[in-house]
Amino acid sequence: MGKGRVLVVDDDPALAEMLGIVLRTEGFEPSFVADGDRALAAFRATKPDLVLLDLMLPGTDGIDVCRQIRAESGTPIVMLTARGDTVDVVLGLESGADDYIVKPFKPKELVARMRARLRRNEVPTNDVVEIADLVIDTAGHVVSRDGKAIGLTPLEFDLLTALARKPGHVFTREQLLEQVWGYRHAADTRLVNVHVQRLRAKIERDPERPEIVLTVRGVGYKAGPP
Amino acid sequence: MIPDLATRLLHRWRGSLQTRVAVTTFLLSGLVVVLLGILLLHQIRSGILDAKQRSSLSQLDFGLQRATDQLSAIETADSASVSRTASAIISELRDRSSSSDSYEVLLLSTLPNGESETTTSEFKTAPGALRQVVTRSNHEAWSYTSIGPGHRPALIVGGTVPTTTAGYQLYYLFPLTQERQTLYLVERTMLLSGLLIVLLLVAIAAVVTRQVVRPVRHAAATAERLAAGRLRDRMSVRGEDDLASLASSFNRMAETVEKQISQLRELSRVQRRFVADVSHELRTPITTIRMAADVLHESRTAMTPELARSAELLQIELDRFEALLADLLEISRHDAGAVVLDAEPVDLRSLVRRAVEVAEPLASRRGCAIAMELPAEPVVVEVDARRIDRVLRNLVVNAVEHSDGQPVDVCLLGGDGGVCVTVRDRGRGLRPGETSLVFGRFWRADPARARTSGGTGLGLSIALEDARLHGGWLQAWGEIGKGSVFRLTLPWRPGQDIGEPPLPLDPAERVDVPEPRPETTGV
Repeated sequence: MGKGRVLVVDDDPALAEMLGIVLRTEGFEPSFVADGDRALAAFRATKPDLVLLDLMLPGTDGIDVCRQIRAESGTPIVMLTARGDTVDVVLGLESGADDYIVKPFKPKELVARMRARLRRNEVPTNDVVEIADLVIDTAGHVVSRDGKAIGLTPLEFDLLTALARKPGHVFTREQLLEQVWGYRHAADTRLVNVHVQRLRAKIERDPERPEIVLTVRGVGYKAGPP
Repeated sequence: MIPDLATRLLHRWRGSLQTRVAVTTFLLSGLVVVLLGILLLHQIRSGILDAKQRSSLSQLDFGLQRATDQLSAIETADSASVSRTASAIISELRDRSSSSDSYEVLLLSTLPNGESETTTSEFKTAPGALRQVVTRSNHEAWSYTSIGPGHRPALIVGGTVPTTTAGYQLYYLFPLTQERQTLYLVERTMLLSGLLIVLLLVAIAAVVTRQVVRPVRHAAATAERLAAGRLRDRMSVRGEDDLASLASSFNRMAETVEKQISQLRELSRVQRRFVADVSHELRTPITTIRMAADVLHESRTAMTPELARSAELLQIELDRFEALLADLLEISRHDAGAVVLDAEPVDLRSLVRRAVEVAEPLASRRGCAIAMELPAEPVVVEVDARRIDRVLRNLVVNAVEHSDGQPVDVCLLGGDGGVCVTVRDRGRGLRPGETSLVFGRFWRADPARARTSGGTGLGLSIALEDARLHGGWLQAWGEIGKGSVFRLTLPWRPGQDIGEPPLPLDPAERVDVPEPRPETTGV
């Protein structure tokens, strides 16, 4: 299928092997790296479509690996974490991960999330959306202000596009989770909150006083203008 | 204003040992001084009056002697000569009066031919009662009276002149002006000195108490600082008296407390660390096991029935094991105080809806309907959505589990006091006393059902901890045969005070909710 190269960064050999079995069964092409120091090199060498990243790694830890990869690519990153604690998860998301899954997880759940991260590239759209002073070219996956492109990850791009297609419409966090991440019944609103913050940091003139992605207190978010 | 002052004084009385000691000293010493004063005054008064009485009587004796001599010398008892003699006696006796011992004299003749009085000015008549005593006893008598305008006190002494002809009585009137002045002076002096003594005593009491109270106040302030978390604060120890030993005992206590607390802190840190490690170390192998079990489970159609069933059991028990592990780790995080509240404004209606949605499949298997009663307006509360979601799911799933196929009601209402969610089932209910037991760890309403119903036995304990973390309450109500109600009450913001909960715990107190109609049962 072409869109199935997965880099698994995990130091536990048994888990890595098991992940390999499951991923191959599901039609992915996994490759493996067991420590953080070699993760970036492996990423450059394999050019994966998706990275599965364990947060606790020997050498460079997962958070730093995440930052390194994010610095040069928008490739979807799904974190594997042993702890659902707020601090851990938020730190991972802030360092650039698109999604996280808490161990122990069911193989189906993992695959569903990976597919959701990969699927977006399979549905081509072809139009230009404008919001405030931003121009979103959905075909070219480019957001620009005054002709200058702003580097967004695919997920941030999807989030912005979802909001910008219906300016002024209030999306609840749950709706955004369903529409952008592709889940149902998830109460985890941190995922949305952190990504909105990351998005604001890139597109707002003053992220402290957003004008494009606005918070609707107690409900969710909408695209400006206010 | 006066009640205000009274409250302030009362507060002062209750709040300050020094004030209390000073006031008590004032009252008690005041009482003692007043009693002493009354006793002393009484003694002095009777002493002065006794002396006066004695001198008056000796004066009278002299007068009577002179009168007897002169009256006996009269030969012819014609009234003119008698009257002349009487006047002579009076003026003679009167002349003896001095400024320091002034008196008036009266000679009364009670001859059969009528009474006549010979007197000096002011002394018009002897009191009748005294006259009767003198007449009857034929001897000397005395009495106190008051004279003139202003009723000045005076002493009257009188006696019968012992003559053969008889019928003469001699009276002396001694004004007590001087004695009264003396007594006034004594009274004033005593009052002044009494007041002075009382004030001095109060001042001494205040000073002495202050000496005791100051270190006590110092100790209280230090204890307050210790309580506020400044564990290194100590009292200064001076001298070797009782107060110094109080200070050093206090310091020893503070030291022990500090040591204990830092030990506990260390323990809690170690436990937290341990929980985190266990969490990580256990989860990775379980993930591998879980995936392996899943692969086996997927291909069970190709296995022999025994292997297939084994794969199924492995899968089911792994679910239970995972749930139990997750709950155990969560509760130990609560125990270690390692939980963080990640609060943000959330419309509680969406959380309630989702919890009900999650419980629907189970509810339809159990044949029970879930009715929601939500306000039309958003109920925006600052909560940790992940935790409250978990609490609500737990309550709704529990209610469905124990519904016995009867409908379950979920109500949400916000009010001045906070926000309430009640979840009611109409199942077996709870026995008296069980409403607090349900929150206990691994507690089961019916041990026989433990195996058939899901859940880890930790759900409600965690829910209670989560509610407390928000500064909220989780309470249970139940009656045998009537079902049970669980009420989650949350403040609008974490840590805010909760007033009157908008929804009652006991469903009997809800008058506006009709009993469920029969057609709502079953799905």
